[in-house]
Amino acid sequence: MHPAPSVILFTTLSGLGFGMLFFLGLGVPEISGWTAFGYFFIGYALAVGGLLSSTFHLGNPQRAMKAFKQWRSSWLSREGVLAVLALGTLGIYAAALIFLDMKLPVIGIIGSVLTVATVYCTAMIYGQMKTIPRWNQMLTPVLYLVYMFAGGALLTRQVPLAALLLALATLVQMLHWVIGDKAFVNAGSNIGTATGLGNLGQVRLLESPHSGTNYLLKEFAYEIGRKHAAKLRIISVLCIGLLPVMILSFSTGGYLTIVSALVLHMVGLFASRWLFFAQAEHVVGLYYDKHRA
Amino acid sequence: MTTLPASTAKKLGLVIDLDICVGCHACVISCKEWNTSNYGAPLSDMDAYGENPVGTFLNRVHTFEVKSAGCNAQTVHFPKSCLHCEDAPCVTVCPTGASYKRVEDGIVLVNESDCIGCGLCAWACPYGAREMDAAEGVMKKCTLCVDRIYNENIPEIDREPSCVRTCPAKARHFGDFADPDSNVSVMTRERGGMELMPELATKPVNRYLPPRPKADISGDIDILAPLLAPVPENKGGFMGWLDKALEAI
Repeated sequence: MHPAPSVILFTTLSGLGFGMLFFLGLGVPEISGWTAFGYFFIGYALAVGGLLSSTFHLGNPQRAMKAFKQWRSSWLSREGVLAVLALGTLGIYAAALIFLDMKLPVIGIIGSVLTVATVYCTAMIYGQMKTIPRWNQMLTPVLYLVYMFAGGALLTRQVPLAALLLALATLVQMLHWVIGDKAFVNAGSNIGTATGLGNLGQVRLLESPHSGTNYLLKEFAYEIGRKHAAKLRIISVLCIGLLPVMILSFSTGGYLTIVSALVLHMVGLFASRWLFFAQAEHVVGLYYDKHRA
Repeated sequence: MTTLPASTAKKLGLVIDLDICVGCHACVISCKEWNTSNYGAPLSDMDAYGENPVGTFLNRVHTFEVKSAGCNAQTVHFPKSCLHCEDAPCVTVCPTGASYKRVEDGIVLVNESDCIGCGLCAWACPYGAREMDAAEGVMKKCTLCVDRIYNENIPEIDREPSCVRTCPAKARHFGDFADPDSNVSVMTRERGGMELMPELATKPVNRYLPPRPKADISGDIDILAPLLAPVPENKGGFMGWLDKALEAI
C-alpha cells in the first residue's frame, strides 16, 4: 500500500492526541486552571491536527461533511461521528475544569470511553480489509489501542505506567509483524484463484494490461520501501519502547526525560506506521503478478 | 444507501469467455470512449502525449500464461472490470453513501456528487475494478453502461454494454443472472462459469468461462503439413522447358 504521509500523520498524531485526552478525561493527572488548559490544548492540537491532515488525501475535501452519514455500515463514518462526539464531550469537561474549576467526572469518563471507541474505529478501517491480509487480523485494533494508551500515558507524564505500556506496545507490534508476515499466504488468495486458472496449471503474467503505471499500481503495489524493511523494524523496536523505557527508568517525571522519551517514541511510531502501509500487500497485486512467494 | 440490498430483482452482469477472447483490447477502448463522453465525470488522462501517460480505465485486459507439466503453455487473455458483487465490500465501506448497489438490477454505481474521493472503496475491492480519477478526484467504475442498456434513444441492438457490443470475437455476453434461462445463466451452467477469488466471499455476479481443453497435438507438426509439401523442382513438359529456359537467360 502507498504510505501516504497524510494518513501516517493522521493515524499517529490523532492516536497520541486521543490517548492523551483519554487520561485527561479520567482526571489523570490532577490539574486545573492554566495547567489544564495547556494539557488539553496539546491533546486537542494532536487529535484535531491528525483528523484535519486526513482530509488532505481526499479527492474532494469540500464534501468531507457528507462522511458522517453512513455510520451504520462504514468504519470511516463511525470514526468521524465518534471523534466529534469525543471531542465535544471532553470539550465540556475541559471548559468546566479550566474556567469554572469544576470537575464533571461522569462527563469526563464518557469522553474517555468515546476516545477509545474512536481509535478502535480508526483501526477497524484497516482491520476490516480482507483484501489486505496483513491488516485483516485481530491484533490490528489491539496495536492501535496499545499505541494510543502508551502515547497518552507518556504525554500525561505517568512514568511507571508509560514504561509498562511502551514495553507492551513493542511486544504487540512485534507480534503483529510475525502474524502479518504469514497473513498473505494464509489468506489463500493467489494468482490461480484471482484468475480462476489455477486448476489448469501454473499461472504467470505474460503481458501487463498497460505499458505505463496506473492508479492501482501506485496505490496498492508499493514496493520501494520493502528492501529497507528489516532495518526499519529494528529502528522501530528500539525507538517505540526499548530506548524510551530505558530513559523513563531513570526519570522522576521531569520534562527533559519525558520529552526525549516522547521524541524517540514518535520516531519509532512513524517508522512502524510507515511500514504498516509500505509492507501491506493488496490482493489486486496478484493480477499484476506482484506477489511472488 | 451504503448498506447492501438483501436481494435484487435482477442480477445484471457479464459472462466473459476466456476461450474466445483474443486480447485485442477493443473492449477497453470502446469502454473508455463511451464512458468518457457520457455518464458522470470524464475518464481523464494525465500526460496523455508525454513520456508517462496515465489514465483512468474501467476495463483492462491482462494476458496470462498457464503452464502445466506435459502440456503446451497456454496464453489466456483476461479482461477485467467490475464484477458487480452481491456482497460488494466497496459499498459498505463508503462513508458518504456515494457507492451503492441498485435494488432493481444489482448494478453497483457511484453517485459522484457525494464522493469525497477517500479511496476506501478501491481498497476494499479485491479486483482492482475501481480507479480514482486524477482530474476529478472521484471514484470511477464500470456502470454496466447503465446509460445504454435502458436508453430508448439508441437502436435496440445497441442497448447492451459498450464492451459487449464492440467485442469482435463475441467473447463477452450481457444478461440477467437472476433468470435461470437467460443466455448468461445457461452459458455459466454449461461451461462451468467461474467466480474470481471465491475465498473472499464477495459473491461476484460476473462469471468467467474457462478455456476449453486443448487438443493434444504432440507428434503432429501441423494438421496443414500435408498441404505444405514441397513443390517438385523438375517440372516436365512445355512448362518445365520454359522454366529452365527463362532461368538460363
